Amino acid sequence: MDVIKVHNLEKQYKGADFKSLKGVSLTIQKGEIFGLLGPNGAGKTTLISILCGLLSATNGEVFINDKTYASKKDELRKLIGVVPQEYALYPSLTARENLMYFGGMYGIAKQELKSKVITHLEALGLAQFADKKIRTFSGGMKRRVNLIAAILHQPEILFLDEPTVGVDVQSKKAITQKLEALNQSGTTIIYTSHHLREAQELCTRVGIIDKGEIIVSGSPDKLIAEVQDARNLEDVFVELTGKEFRDYA
Amino acid sequence: MHKLIASIKKETLLLTRDIGGLGILFIMPIILVITITLLQDTTFKKVGGGSSIDIILVDNDKGSLSDEIKKNFEEIPFLNPITTQEEETITEAKAEKLVAAGAYQLAVVIPEKLSSDLDKQISENINKILSDFEGSVTEESKELTTRVEQQIKPKVIKFYFDPVTQETFRSSVAFAVDKLISQIETQSIYKAFEKELGESAHMTSLNKQKLVTYQEINPSLAGNEVMPNSVQHNVPAWTLFAIFFMILPLSLNIVKEKGQGTFVRLQTTPIKYQTIILAKAILYVLVSILQFTIILGIGMYIFPYLGLPTLQIGSNLGVLYAVTMASGMAAVGLGLLLGTVFTTHEQAAPFGAVLVVILAAIGGVWVPVFAMPEAMQVVAKISPMNWGLEAFYNCFIRAGKLSDIIGELGLLVGFFVLTMSIAIVYYEKKKNV
Repeated sequence: MDVIKVHNLEKQYKGADFKSLKGVSLTIQKGEIFGLLGPNGAGKTTLISILCGLLSATNGEVFINDKTYASKKDELRKLIGVVPQEYALYPSLTARENLMYFGGMYGIAKQELKSKVITHLEALGLAQFADKKIRTFSGGMKRRVNLIAAILHQPEILFLDEPTVGVDVQSKKAITQKLEALNQSGTTIIYTSHHLREAQELCTRVGIIDKGEIIVSGSPDKLIAEVQDARNLEDVFVELTGKEFRDYA
Repeated sequence: MHKLIASIKKETLLLTRDIGGLGILFIMPIILVITITLLQDTTFKKVGGGSSIDIILVDNDKGSLSDEIKKNFEEIPFLNPITTQEEETITEAKAEKLVAAGAYQLAVVIPEKLSSDLDKQISENINKILSDFEGSVTEESKELTTRVEQQIKPKVIKFYFDPVTQETFRSSVAFAVDKLISQIETQSIYKAFEKELGESAHMTSLNKQKLVTYQEINPSLAGNEVMPNSVQHNVPAWTLFAIFFMILPLSLNIVKEKGQGTFVRLQTTPIKYQTIILAKAILYVLVSILQFTIILGIGMYIFPYLGLPTLQIGSNLGVLYAVTMASGMAAVGLGLLLGTVFTTHEQAAPFGAVLVVILAAIGGVWVPVFAMPEAMQVVAKISPMNWGLEAFYNCFIRAGKLSDIIGELGLLVGFFVLTMSIAIVYYEKKKNV
């Protein structure tokens, strides 16, 4: 079953003289872990922002469970979870206060929410820091709390924009394990990353986006097999996107 | 409702843990109101008679009239004339230098022969009047009059003002001196008449009392008389300024949320932008009420210890709080709009700060609206700070009731609704960029 259907999606920011997305079409099936990979400025964050309902497209259509944000915004927002690239937490609030607040936005009952907060904090090794302010947390701890804030309401679809950037190996491991566990419990995961080895291990399917277009998609094994002399996803990536810098200003 | 309450709770936690923010919201307004009131009270007293300003009096006349002027100057409550420095008589040149250096704000120079010439002129005038009256005008007397008139040159009393001296002070002094000279002239005329007509018992019984005097009355909307003072003027004006200063932390609060990513997260949850900003609005309106309560308490209980008049709040406390709430709403609406429109601290902070100062200026906090140029008076009438100020003055100084301020309250609440609506529409449009 396709949970996400993207058809001929285009995005041109106001004032920009180029399109950030050029007719992207894509389907993601229920239960997939889909990795959206691409160089800097390729259009990953723009695409994921449109899929989350944060941005509107210039042209094209996005269906989440056959519904659009234009018609069922609140319904879809309950259905999805989003882990933004930033920490997206209030530094002067404790981990528990942050999670109780963001969980509360999904209308979860207070007692149930309290219990979920503790369960997730324990699962990600943060229970003893529940009442510490976020500003005292390390980058890895913040990333873990950032993830918990997006999954308290058990979303059907979870979007993650570079969820493991700038974290230590231990935190990265904890996050990927949590994502696998969520996926096994039925959550469809769409995430962007520059960690190609991580994507190769975690994703059931990846799509490589470059210059606003999805240039290839498929399972990591399939893509590695299709590209001559490729031993891993990184080889595939370099072969398809080239070695030149992608600097935009 | 649950989301709104949760958001208010979150905003409260964020605010109470931001010591700097609390300082801006509560400590700064207190310092502001106390400082401005103390300063204004001193000026009030200086102009109104509480303490005096040293001024230089250069007496080039050394006659009876200059003695009289000196004596009368000493009787002006807010002026203290001095004529010597280090036991040396101050000359006009020295006085000019002292004033130019800022050592004194004013020097008054009485011209030479003022007494004698004034006496001559008055005597001559009286003679002329009496001659006309008696019908004994001769060619000889006419010629004498013309000769005396030619001999008497117009006299100029010079005022040297320090250039930094405010116009209000200049006007007050000029008015006081003008009044003084008129009095002296009148007295001189009486004396001259007495001299010419003889000091008979009949003449000395002339009523020299002023026929016309003035009485200052301060009517109120409630019918009783209220006494305006620096506290009654400054507390409402600067409390309102403090309330509107909330624009700054509030707009920065939103900009900060955008920068730290929490706003992006909220945008992906099933909460409406209206709820997010309404939560902020409710908290910050409560903050404005708390600010007002603290300043009210200080005005009533701390000001007397600082030598200031006690703040009189009258019997319409509820109306005062209604004005505070409506003013708080207007300020909050503007703050939320700016926070919605701006994206960086660098945009919001200077703009917010300057906007508050401009609003205060055009709203009549510094210069009364009636004293503004006509075009600015029109601008003032569409300034929310002016609506708040008028409403506060109606309560604090004119002892007005709810019915007297209902118009201003409506404008302030309407402004809140308008700014909130614009913020919501702008947000929705901006999302589609």
